[in-house]
Amino acid sequence: MREIAKACVIAAKDMLTEIRTREVISSVVVFAVLVIVIFNFAFGSNQQAAGLVAPGIIWVTFAFAGILSLNRSFVLEKEEDCIEGLMVAPISREAIYLGKFFGNLLFIFLIQAIVIPVFSLLFNVGFFNIELVLITILASVGFASVGTLFAAMAVSTRARELVLPILFFPVITPVIIAAVNASAVILGGGVLSDITQWLGIIGAFDIIFIVASYLVFCFIIEE
Amino acid sequence: MNIQEPVVMAAETIPAVEIKGLSRNFGTFEALRNLSLAVQPGETLAIFGHNGAGKTTLLKILSTVMKPTGGEVFYGGLSIAADAENIRRRLGVLSHQSFLYSSLTAYDNLVFYSRLYDVADCDTRIKHLLNRLGLRSRMYDKVGTFSRGMSQRLAIARALLHRPEVVLMDEPESGLDTFAMDTLWQLVREDSRTVIFTHHNLERGFQAASRVAIMARGKMFFCPDIKCSPGELEKAYAASLEMA
Repeated sequence: MREIAKACVIAAKDMLTEIRTREVISSVVVFAVLVIVIFNFAFGSNQQAAGLVAPGIIWVTFAFAGILSLNRSFVLEKEEDCIEGLMVAPISREAIYLGKFFGNLLFIFLIQAIVIPVFSLLFNVGFFNIELVLITILASVGFASVGTLFAAMAVSTRARELVLPILFFPVITPVIIAAVNASAVILGGGVLSDITQWLGIIGAFDIIFIVASYLVFCFIIEE
Repeated sequence: MNIQEPVVMAAETIPAVEIKGLSRNFGTFEALRNLSLAVQPGETLAIFGHNGAGKTTLLKILSTVMKPTGGEVFYGGLSIAADAENIRRRLGVLSHQSFLYSSLTAYDNLVFYSRLYDVADCDTRIKHLLNRLGLRSRMYDKVGTFSRGMSQRLAIARALLHRPEVVLMDEPESGLDTFAMDTLWQLVREDSRTVIFTHHNLERGFQAASRVAIMARGKMFFCPDIKCSPGELEKAYAASLEMA
């Protein structure tokens, strides 16, 4: 419990930093809305085609917008070696991982909360139902768990903006595929029982990567 | 001059910090080589050495940021390999970098670290330290607007916030004016803390220390049990430069 409490302190600090600067949220939201608007123009007159590609568009938007915010999460810690400040504090390395994971997850949720209404409006797609919310939450957990680990690895490299996507996308592909397919089923009129296998894939991925990232994070920040 | 001389301790005293056969390699480069040292409670040990002597690596290992390749470090008998979290609670670390978030205010930064260290009545403690360091009037300003010296003063407050028993400092006076240097040593010496610090200036470091040591090429080159004379220190330092 203490570890979770300390992780929440770190996540709260990340949110406070963003509230003070609004650096990431403004750029990520502009980017995400721009992507959706461009796709909307591309499929503007063809509502049928737009409906077919909508699940792919929203998850591509989340993936790329997510990368921008994940990149920033450890850059903050690198300035003035703040990561060392966390490492000399009486908390475990795992608590640092959890803190950054919670912070990134909150961020992804915040981006989605802004982007989804825009997407729903432009593509005339109802994204507000329990199944789609469930898919979004599970996939976001997968994004944040893998993204936090790879962002920690990438931040020490010179070309971190390039390194993170190269590491992140191949690993997160199963989640994106499952999320796109599950969203397509629901948007096509399916119900929860139709997407259990996709949710199972995302859920298994989440568990595996949260546990694996939690265990290996200490080696990444110490070396 | 004592070269690699083992430190003689009273049998009943547990050293505040004890280093046994410490080594650290970066690939084939040996940054620390079989280094041993003991620091008694309340001592202020100054470590000098040429660039690349291994001072910062030693402090990084002592602060638990870096793991050694070999050897052990104990704080009051507790091993950093087994009790790192408990040990970190007793440690205050002041580095080249401030560990402060530039987009947060001075107060936000200290509240954040207070929560990590479970500091009781943190508001009073923060205001007390900021008063002592002459930063009270800037407590709600973003750290990004601070000068180098002000950031360093705030870093002192951060390092001492939780009243650590042992303080580790890497070049603590860099960027500080005379007032801040005096305040630093006043604050650090409160509560009979054990202090280990590195310094590039022999004279300043010698004045602040109760004991001195010189590192050269990853080894403890000169480490007398008691404070030597300034002349002895200068002579030993000159000899250490020949080794570099």
